[in-house]
Parts: sequence; structure tokens; C-alpha cells
Amino acid sequence: MNIVVCVKQIPDPAEPGALDPNTKTLKRDTKLILDESDAYGVEMALQLADAAGGGEVTLVSMAPNNETAGLRTALAMGAAKAILVSDPSLQGSDALTTSKVLAGAIKRVEGADLILTATESSDGYTGTVPEQVAELLGLPSVTFAKSIAVEGSTVKVERQTEAGYDDVECPTPCVVSVTAGVVEPRYPSFKGIMAAKSKPVDELSAADVGVTAGGWAGAGQEIVAVEQAPAREAGEVVEDDGTGAEKIVAFLENLRVI
Amino acid sequence: MAAELNETQLALRAMVREFARDRVAPHAEAWDRDHTFPVDVVREMGDLGLFGIPFPEAYGGGDGDLTTLCIAIEELAKVDQSIAITLEAAVGLAANPIFQFGSEAQRQRWLPDLVAGRALGGFGLTEPDAGSDAGGTRTKAVIDPDTDEWVIDGTKAFITNSGTEITSLVIVTAVTGTAAGRPEISSIIVPAGTPGLIVEPPYRKMGWHASDTHGLTLSECRVPRDHVLGEEGRGFAQFLATLDDGRIAIAALALGVIECCLEEATRYANDRIAFGRPIGANQGVAFKVADLAVMAAAARALVYDAAALRDAGKPFKKEAAIAKLYACEAAVTATREATQIFGGAGFMDETLVARQYRDAKILEIGEGTSEVQRLVIGRALGLPVT
Repeated sequence: MNIVVCVKQIPDPAEPGALDPNTKTLKRDTKLILDESDAYGVEMALQLADAAGGGEVTLVSMAPNNETAGLRTALAMGAAKAILVSDPSLQGSDALTTSKVLAGAIKRVEGADLILTATESSDGYTGTVPEQVAELLGLPSVTFAKSIAVEGSTVKVERQTEAGYDDVECPTPCVVSVTAGVVEPRYPSFKGIMAAKSKPVDELSAADVGVTAGGWAGAGQEIVAVEQAPAREAGEVVEDDGTGAEKIVAFLENLRVI
Repeated sequence: MAAELNETQLALRAMVREFARDRVAPHAEAWDRDHTFPVDVVREMGDLGLFGIPFPEAYGGGDGDLTTLCIAIEELAKVDQSIAITLEAAVGLAANPIFQFGSEAQRQRWLPDLVAGRALGGFGLTEPDAGSDAGGTRTKAVIDPDTDEWVIDGTKAFITNSGTEITSLVIVTAVTGTAAGRPEISSIIVPAGTPGLIVEPPYRKMGWHASDTHGLTLSECRVPRDHVLGEEGRGFAQFLATLDDGRIAIAALALGVIECCLEEATRYANDRIAFGRPIGANQGVAFKVADLAVMAAAARALVYDAAALRDAGKPFKKEAAIAKLYACEAAVTATREATQIFGGAGFMDETLVARQYRDAKILEIGEGTSEVQRLVIGRALGLPVT
């Protein structure tokens, strides 16, 4: 069973991030790491390939400056190889262009039975890429999978809902987005880290994946302005005169949190 | 000067940091309180390849270097010195001597399990009457000509990893003869469970509560003649070399302790409000935190400089002693100062810096006291010090 996992390499959330005042987008000039939300897809893919008794897990990523540090982490976890699309012309790409790039890269992987993605990235949070990729590839897609099982050419998914989950079936090949927490991503072992150094990373340009109008030029969206989030306002103080609990319940009900 | 970390080392650091944060830190206080040796976590560290970092793939190792091992030890020590010393002692004092000095048969027999973290080994050098004065070893081993076995009698003290449920062996030093009027010492591999190897109850220690430490009594303990590690009579030279490598690794552990103090003290000095402002607004506190940053930077430079020399195959004895001396003494100072910044909270057992404070003192004693380091450095400078 051959599985493709779309992974994003993002600035380390542990380091304070900064916006570029000119482009109004996140600065990506520091070392990038594997988006933690993609670690679940990688783990899921490795487990599914294992359960199927074989097959390869291929990573697909778009990143600036030929960044591979995050890909190496996923390769160290056990993925077999990676395709990286890195091209200065792609700077400023919106979600749709990103999807075109990823779809173009996925087309180069022969015999992919399943394409896994996160539900959304931890830096951009658009949450639209998985379905766009599926549409561009002409494949069915299932979102918010909390568990995946493959039986023959059918994928059985437990699809997370607000109330619980739906049982969904879908023929392969297809695109499935997985939620965080579906599986426990493994730590890359030291041997895995050493082995990852020599695993193939195919570096491609935008033209190689058929995207000619990427970046700012091709973006269908524009970031008009960026503003500071409003400062947190002073809270409401409840004096407990014996009715404190009721007042708090009323307050929370008013906010519709309970 | 120590080089920048390479991509492999950065990846290893990220992995161990995450593992320490998720799998060690949440439990460290309970292990300390209950004196629990967390064998499952040790096995997990084995699965991650930490015990095999500096050994060749032929024995199941990761083909890494001492620098990379130091990174793993440093990261673990930031959250739990007991776990860090378990790794340091298992690799540095058991697997490493077998790899460095053992016969091929000994390597084949013992290394795969030690390297995979399925088994741990101890190094029985110290005795009740022979610590820094290792030449004063009283444990004796004589060959029984009828069975061609070593018969070992003696007592060992403070032996790390000697009594865990996965301990597979203890290497003990013993007098095996005399040469030119001086006692000749050999290292002998004693498999765990050998009749006559008595593992005494665990010590009541000031710190390192989750690390396994026992006294050992050897009473007519018999092992086959071929269990002598490498060459007979080479024990003294073997443990001196073993301790040189170990010094750098212990210094890396101390560096992790200093880093922990710096992080914890910085956070607390910003968060803790007294007299209407963060306590870090007071020079008396801020200067202490600044000193912690200096200690961390200095220790880091010394540790990774010494490790880089070792990895490059250059002489490193003096640099290892300097790194161990400075980093371990600085770790004791750093834990004391961090505890002071935490005030009363710093005296509570459940506070991380309090545990680091209790745990740190042994760093100035174990694997060569600070005084021994000064001797080594003095001799390296050409002084006639004895």
C-alpha cells in the first residue's frame, strides 16, 4: 500500500514568530520544523502501510529555501522518500496555489492508494488545502478522520463530528484529512535519524509541477491589513454573597459556553 | 572551539527534548519521591537508540559520536538527573569499556543487549576503602586451578545500575597479582545473578533517588577465566581511560542542570511578584540570573570543546577534566542560586530546582571528585603534584 502524506514545514512555535511588515505574512527565514499536526498523518500512514504488510510512505511538501529539516524528521519516523517543491516564485502563494503545487507533486508519485493530510496547518490555519488537492486530483475526499482502516480498495473512516463520529466509506485512491490525536506519533529513533540522512528528497521547481503563476502574482487573495488583537478587557468580578455559583452559571450561559 | 551542531545532532536534540518533556518530566517528581527506577522509560530510551549512540552498527549501535551522546544526556538532565545518569553510566561505564577493551567474543555476547537498552551494566571500581585511591583496591581475584575460574572476594560501593531488573553484568576491578612489587589490577565481567555476587539493598541517598545504586559484596564469586575484560593486568589503565570519556559526559549532565536552573529562574523571576513588581526587577535577583547564563555558556563551551577533541581523536584528558570540574562546580552553584531565587518554594521537594539542588552535589564527587580533576589538570600543566 503506497501512501502520500502532505506535510508542512513551519517556523518553530516554541520560538516567538514575527510578521513581515511588507508582505503581512509570517516570516519563514528561520529553521523550519515539521508541523506537529502533520506528525499524526505520518504516523497514521506508517501504521496503515505496516498493517497492509508493505508499501511506501512518500512525503510531499512545499517550502522556501529548499528547507528539508521538517522532512528529515518525518523521514526519521519511517517515511521512505520525499518530494519537495521549493521555488522563489512561490513566495506569497495562497492556499489554492499551494494545493496546485501539492497536487502536481502528488501526480508524480506512481500508484498512490491514499493521500493523507492534516485538517489544517498550525501556522496558516486556512483548512482548505485537503479538499482543494482532492478536487485538483479528481479524487474523492473524506475530512476529519479520527481513525482509518483500509480493506481492499475501500477506506473506512471514522469521521469526527461535534456529536461523535460518522462511519464513512470511500474507494481508493482518495484524500483523507486526519485530526490531531488520532494516533500517537512515534519519536524518531537515533537510527531513524541517521537513516533519514540518506533517504531521497526529490527537489522540484514550480514549473516541474506545472505551476507557472504562483506566489504573489497568482494569489487570488490579498492580505489587506494586519492589526494587533484587542487587549484583553478587565473581567467581571463576582462577589460571593452565597449566590456566587448561580451568578457564574448565569454568566457562562449568557456566553453560551454551557 | 566546539563546532556548530550538525543536522543529525539537532534532530537528536529535538527528539530527546520532546521525549524528556513528555515521557520523563511529568513523572520525575513521583519517581524521586518514591525512589522508583522507571525501567519502562529506560526501555523506551533503548528503543529510541539512546544507549547505542556512540557504538558501531555491527553491535546494533547508531554510529554516532560522544558529542551526540552528550546532547542526549544534557537534554535529559534538564528534567531529571537520575534518568540522565542512568544513560551516562550504562553507556560510559559499562558498554564503553566492553567495546573499547573487550575481546570480540565479549563484545558479541554483551554489547547487543546493552546497546539496545534491553540490559544495563554497572562498573564496580569504588570500594569502601578505595575511591579516589583506586590503586588501593582490596577486592581480590585468584584462579582456581581445578576449574580454571576466577574466584572473586571483596566489596564494592556506590555502583550505579548494578541492581535493576535488567542489569546483565557488573564489571569489577580486582587485584589479580603483583608486578614489580605493585598490585596488578584486572577488570572482570561478572554476569548478574552469579552465585556469590550479592547486591546489597539500595542506599539512602541525598539525591538521584530514581537512579539505581547499590553496594556489592563478592563472596567466593566464581566466573570463567575468559571473563577478564580484555587483557589481564590492564584494569588500572582501562578505568583511567574509561573515566576520561565519562568526565565529558558527566560535564554534559551538569550543563543540563545549569540550563534548567537558567530557564526556571528566568521564568520565576519574571512571574513572581513581590513588592508590586516581578522579583527580576531587582538587581539582586537579575544579577543572579545573569550569572546563571554565564555559567551555562561557559560550561557549554567547555563540554562541547572537550567532546569535539575526543571525537576528532585528539588528546583531551586535560580538557575533559577542566570541563568536568567547571561544569559540576557551576551546577552546584547554579542550583543553590536558583533555589534562592525561588525562596521558600525552592525548599519544597516538588520544586524542580529543589530536586536539582539535592541531585547536583554528587556531580562534584562521582566519576572523579573535583579534587581529582584539579590533580589531573595540575599534572597536565607539568606540576609535580601528587
